[in-house]
Amino acid sequence: MTTNKNIVRVTNVTKTFQLGKIAVHALKGVELEIPTGQYVSIMGPSGSGKSTLFNMIGGLDKPTTGKVYIDEVDVSQLDAYELAWLRCRKIGYIFQTFNIIQVMTALENVTLPMTFAGMRNDEAIEKAMGLLDLVGLGDRFQHKPFELSGGQQQRVAIARALANDPAIILADEPTGNLDLKTGEEIINLLQNLSHERDVTVISATHDIKMLNVSDLVVWIRDGRIDKIESRDELTISVGRIDARNA
Amino acid sequence: MNNADHPTQSPGNVAGIRRQVVLPLGKSIEIAYNSIRVRFFRSLITTLSLVLAVSFLSFVNVSTDVANGLLATGQPELRQALVRAGYDLAPEDRRADSSSKQRWIVLLSLLVCAVGIVNAQLMAVTERFREIGTMKCLGALDRFVMRLFLLEAGMQGLVGAAAGALGGALFALLNGFILFGGQAVRLVPANELLLSLLWATAAGCLLSLIGVAYPAWVAARMQPVEAMRVEQ
Repeated sequence: MTTNKNIVRVTNVTKTFQLGKIAVHALKGVELEIPTGQYVSIMGPSGSGKSTLFNMIGGLDKPTTGKVYIDEVDVSQLDAYELAWLRCRKIGYIFQTFNIIQVMTALENVTLPMTFAGMRNDEAIEKAMGLLDLVGLGDRFQHKPFELSGGQQQRVAIARALANDPAIILADEPTGNLDLKTGEEIINLLQNLSHERDVTVISATHDIKMLNVSDLVVWIRDGRIDKIESRDELTISVGRIDARNA
Repeated sequence: MNNADHPTQSPGNVAGIRRQVVLPLGKSIEIAYNSIRVRFFRSLITTLSLVLAVSFLSFVNVSTDVANGLLATGQPELRQALVRAGYDLAPEDRRADSSSKQRWIVLLSLLVCAVGIVNAQLMAVTERFREIGTMKCLGALDRFVMRLFLLEAGMQGLVGAAAGALGGALFALLNGFILFGGQAVRLVPANELLLSLLWATAAGCLLSLIGVAYPAWVAARMQPVEAMRVEQ
């Protein structure tokens, strides 16, 4: 696998929502390439089209015009089976609200995607235990979600997202429901995993803490890409933001 | 790995992918069972209307069995007792039968129960939209979700209907005992009693499955992006 390959390619994408008689143009022509193995943050105010773009990259929504390629596969050409396969194998999802399945234990939550992928039960359990160890919850595998704190639930979600060795981890405001310290731990965990496992992490966020660990920050404004900054350009802007907040 | 590792748009590859998103039946049953167990109280309420409707059906059928058992003896005083108890028996009748009015009431109660199940299950789907969306994000196909809901309803239906059938039958036997004494219970033909129980249980299961069909379809069609929604 070449390191400079683009895992996600968005070409000239527009998205229009029809709300009654009014057409809302959420995206007005977006071009974006995300290289493999990077930690990418999509920043933008609410209503900027950030969530729309994010859902499109995750194969959860289809563009009105233009193309979204995930691992060089055109998402709009896929049927229901292939989309399910893509979500199962290629993409791991992390949600703001954790979305641990309430009726299952931590272990069952992590094995579920492997069951969908057709893995044998004992094999799946062994791998899931390894993943729970990796996120620091090895001793809590039998716990139900309501017995876990928010940070622990998000760790289970990260283990679950890694279950089928995806190429992309899609994190929607992963720290939005967490306190400052726990949020930082989750961000560091995601960053380490991204580097160690060569997984592309794409997160939509308002969280300035995210900027420090991002390899690439995509700023969205009014349905268009405002600017794309890499990490070395970024320290300056963070300084500016800090200064402005002070 | 194999060639399906990179899905392409060629239709020849679709079969390979189809095989790779699976949910074995045993696992589905396990998930459905756990889902009922964890939400036991909720499931109980969903099933309660079914239990009541099926027990009514069972009561009417077993009461008829009791009457038939008494009629089969050919004793005139038992026949008199049946007429006094409200059975519409013409002099030449050899068998008692539930009246058409009774059948209508049973039918109506089953209908009301089916509507109740649809209502309760639709609510369950709304409550679980995030869980369903998450499963779809993890790669679940529409039919996995459909199957889970049908299995849950099937299990609830089986247990609820069996309980209702037994309850109704016991009540009918008790009723017979009070009206006609111990011989009423003694004389019930066993095979007809068993048939009535089976029939009531089967009707209850069917009702539960019919009631969940539309809610399960709604759940299966839910988009995975629903899991991303933060507030309802």
